[in-house]
Amino acid sequence: MTNAYIFDAIRTPRGRGKATGALHEVKPITLLSNLLKTLEQRNSLDTQYVDDIVMGCVTPIGDQGANIAKTAAIAAGWSDNLGGVTINRFCASGLEAVNVAAMKVRSGWEHLVVAGGIESMSRETMGSDGGAWANDPHTNVNTSFMPQGIGADLIATLDGYSREDVDTFAMRSHQKAAAAWQRGAFANSVIPVVDQNGFEILSTDQLIRPESTVESLSKLKPSFKKMGEMGFDNVAKEKYHQVEAINHIHTPANSSGMVDGAAAILIGSAQAAKQHGLKPRAKVIATAIVGEDPTIMLTGPAPAAVKALKLAGLTTDDIDLYEVNEAFASVVMRFQGDLNIPDEKVNVNGGSIAMGHPLGATGAIILGTLLDELEARNLKRGLATLCIGGGMGIATIIELVSESVSELN
Amino acid sequence: MTSVKYQKDSNNIAHLVLDKENSSANLVDLAFADDFADAVKQLADDIANESVDGVIIRSTKSTFFAGGDINMLFKAGKDDAEQVMSLSTSLKASMRTVETCGKPVVACIAGAAMGGGWEIALTAHHRIAVNSKKLKMGLPEVTLGLLPGGGGVTRMVRLLGIQGAMPYLVQGKAFTSEQGVKIGLVHALVDDENTLVEQAIQWIKSNQSEELVAGINAQPWDIKGYKIPGGTPSDKQIANILPITPAIIRNSTKGTLPAPDLIFATMVEGAQVDFDGAARIESRYFTELTVGQISKNIINTFWYNLNEIKAGGNRPDNVEKSKFSKIGVLGAGMMGAGIAYIAAIKGISVVLKDINLENAEKGKDYSRKILAKQIARGRMTEEKSDAILALITPSAEVADLAECEFVIEAVFESRDLKATVTQESEAVMSETAIFASNTSTLPITGLAQASKRPANFIGMHFFSPVDKMQLVEIICGEQTSDEALAQCYDLTLHLGKTPIVVNDSRGFYTSRVFTTYVKEGVALLKDAAPASIENAAYVSGFPVGPLAVTDEVNLGLLEKITKQTKADLALEGKTMIAHPADDIIDDMISKGRLGKSSGAGFYDYPSDSKKKLSKTSSEYNTENNSISFDDIKERLLFVMAIETARCVEEGVIRSTGDGNIGAIFGIGYPQWTGGTLQFINQYGLAEFIARAEQLTSLYGERFSVPASLRDMLASGKSF
Repeated sequence: MTNAYIFDAIRTPRGRGKATGALHEVKPITLLSNLLKTLEQRNSLDTQYVDDIVMGCVTPIGDQGANIAKTAAIAAGWSDNLGGVTINRFCASGLEAVNVAAMKVRSGWEHLVVAGGIESMSRETMGSDGGAWANDPHTNVNTSFMPQGIGADLIATLDGYSREDVDTFAMRSHQKAAAAWQRGAFANSVIPVVDQNGFEILSTDQLIRPESTVESLSKLKPSFKKMGEMGFDNVAKEKYHQVEAINHIHTPANSSGMVDGAAAILIGSAQAAKQHGLKPRAKVIATAIVGEDPTIMLTGPAPAAVKALKLAGLTTDDIDLYEVNEAFASVVMRFQGDLNIPDEKVNVNGGSIAMGHPLGATGAIILGTLLDELEARNLKRGLATLCIGGGMGIATIIELVSESVSELN
Repeated sequence: MTSVKYQKDSNNIAHLVLDKENSSANLVDLAFADDFADAVKQLADDIANESVDGVIIRSTKSTFFAGGDINMLFKAGKDDAEQVMSLSTSLKASMRTVETCGKPVVACIAGAAMGGGWEIALTAHHRIAVNSKKLKMGLPEVTLGLLPGGGGVTRMVRLLGIQGAMPYLVQGKAFTSEQGVKIGLVHALVDDENTLVEQAIQWIKSNQSEELVAGINAQPWDIKGYKIPGGTPSDKQIANILPITPAIIRNSTKGTLPAPDLIFATMVEGAQVDFDGAARIESRYFTELTVGQISKNIINTFWYNLNEIKAGGNRPDNVEKSKFSKIGVLGAGMMGAGIAYIAAIKGISVVLKDINLENAEKGKDYSRKILAKQIARGRMTEEKSDAILALITPSAEVADLAECEFVIEAVFESRDLKATVTQESEAVMSETAIFASNTSTLPITGLAQASKRPANFIGMHFFSPVDKMQLVEIICGEQTSDEALAQCYDLTLHLGKTPIVVNDSRGFYTSRVFTTYVKEGVALLKDAAPASIENAAYVSGFPVGPLAVTDEVNLGLLEKITKQTKADLALEGKTMIAHPADDIIDDMISKGRLGKSSGAGFYDYPSDSKKKLSKTSSEYNTENNSISFDDIKERLLFVMAIETARCVEEGVIRSTGDGNIGAIFGIGYPQWTGGTLQFINQYGLAEFIARAEQLTSLYGERFSVPASLRDMLASGKSF
């Protein structure tokens, strides 16, 4: 079996996903093609040897439409000799891109693949691509569709998390993210966004508010209460009939932030490493995708992690660090509760609540964060996981590589 | 013999005259579809020969068109799907020929144009209606569990947009000619019906055009560049409302009624394709709903059963119809005040009597408050309100009842008190006047013992709040005469209520069956989470969960009924079968948790927030049972259906329709079932009995079906 190695992982800083956000003026194609150029330069990459570019994008329309992966490669001046594909696994698209790239390499049929993702949420609004699940009435009603936020509140209701619990979680995410920035945890990976003149547009994640307190967060209004009362709460209660009333505790502050951002990860075989002088930092040792109840929607991470661990022949104790996407506070809390994972192993540098969740890119971003932190702490294995629309869950386990290139296979 | 006559007039105008032979109204049936197709073919031929300047669609009946043939639609089963589809398709092909004929087409609407009638009117380019508040137009199909399958959905969406058309399609909202003009669906009004056709002719003459012009000789959607008003599902303003709209609809249907869901689906799906594609989508969903079971349940009950009741199905026909000008109401509490109000708004004088004038005045205040609210909302004039209030005479004198043709007592549920007021009143009432007792549980035969004219004594069970609840349960005691029943029936109809007639028994019909619902809900506490019980009731289509409603009713009352029943049975030498709810009710009472009025019941009632299921409610599930959600739902649905079947067997219920209507209008049995007896029909009698046997073995004897159900099965009958 050919192993899939990670050589490099970079990302843009994340800008507030509104017109007032720093990256709103930057085209998605620019964000992504500049990142590819950086990847090329940092690794002295001869792009003619890249087989494919796999990019996650959840709203692949308009500015992000028509296969932005290949378009970005062309725009970045990369060799014509490679492919590009845009994939949509909803919120896990970025990690799915990594997993697909790893599978391509492990199959032995491709040797060098770029994985990553892009989402300019300030430009292409979440949900603006429509789709039958939400927008076709017949499908919607027959499949008990409801928005993710109601699912997050439903998890909190079922598990008994209070508003204070989720606000405390959110506050800690901000504190951890701020601390991580301060000690330079992201320095190697975050590539500042600059304009054509070299002027810096954004160099740090824009949403972090270390000054947040549980008290200040408690003032925000629940985001999903109104739509719940208009009808979605009853959709939830039809399936979760033991619930008397949904406790709407998620607010913009304890849910992931909408941001603009992109990520790119270079993945390849031992043969590619040897041929192009690339230094493997880690290898992908297992990937998993699962499906759970689509109505509650967000309970996938734990079963996905279990599936990946089983594939790798490992247990939760064998994992040193976890990155669990902070789509909503309750999602991570449910994950930790299900698998009994202590706080000190999870999202040690903060997460999407503090730094934002650029849908198509986040999976690749958190994998990069995991890799950086495993190296920084000199640990061995990490697991990244995300909840996904449609009730899916995804997980990827990586292990740092200590061997020299010549010893690899 | 044809239901659509094709005529040409001297102005070169073709007339499609809707005129079903030997019938007071026009109907869309198979014959109509053929006749319409023939007439349209003639029209097309004449147009091809260039001898037509315009088309007028008009009716010879008092209504423009009555709509679809419900008998046919009701009978159409799954095997008839093809016929239903082809009827819809054929009708629409003819309509399409008319609206694309290139000549001005005018609909002359002099009378109601509902359902299929309005769909025919929609094929015209120009609609003229007689200006009358009584003239109703609209598409009420949804109320019978159907959808407008004659192009109604497709054309309304294209005229008003998805959002604009929703009230008329998803809720079946009707409109008058004047409202029709405001919405843009009616283009001109005439005051005099006799000038209708003349105006149509003039309009056609002055609107001749070679070119196709929307609203003249073509439909807007047949002109290039047409866009659906408000946008299509891919436009942001519509796309934004699509995810939540099904959930909003479901909030009102509890997911139990497919018609509103499928109408909205038809609207949205149709708006994404061309006109003909949309029309086909509409026919497919129309067929699905028509041959589906739920529309059968609804039509069975809300059309056939209800019409039978309105036509006096259970009224003795040997008694002449009576009219009422003055009635008496005893007791000016909530019930009496409500009865006085509904009588006064129907133009009947009411003597509202209580023990003192102050109480009686308070009762009249109820009417004052409602009327003031209506004035504030612009639905009532001061003048009319004054006239209504003038009809209510508060009184403390029995003598004031002397001229009343009918007296309803609504005093407390006490046999002694009821006996006293009966005797007092009869002393001054005329010998022919009827005395009715408004009671929900006390047997009428027993109450009639206080009467010196038991033949004139009858039970009249109103539901609270009287002005909102449609049902009146009329109870005949052993000696109640046909005359008394007929008068009571007539008065109920006069009051705008729906009467069902039952024979005397403990709890009559509705209270008896309602009690089984409440007690089953309480008994379920031993087997399921309290929220699961309430949610099971909700998703089954009950308006209020059994625990919430028990708290409203008050547990003390339940216990009282149980005790009374026990005592009554003991007198008959019988013992009451223990119900698993009884010990829970006793325990709750011992804890002082009597219900909402005592501030605690199965729910807690915090002063600063919504009621919440109390911890106490979950304490009765001592074995930590968790029965399936389906079992919870079916225990509630079955226990009521089985009790109704027992009422039929015991002769308490006189007709199936009364059973169905009483259950839905009186005690909240879910609409989609078509009532407790129709629930059994639609479940399949054999399947129902089998499931009841299963429930009996799992949960107890109260689910065992009466012998008469097995007899019905053996003889191949249904309710």
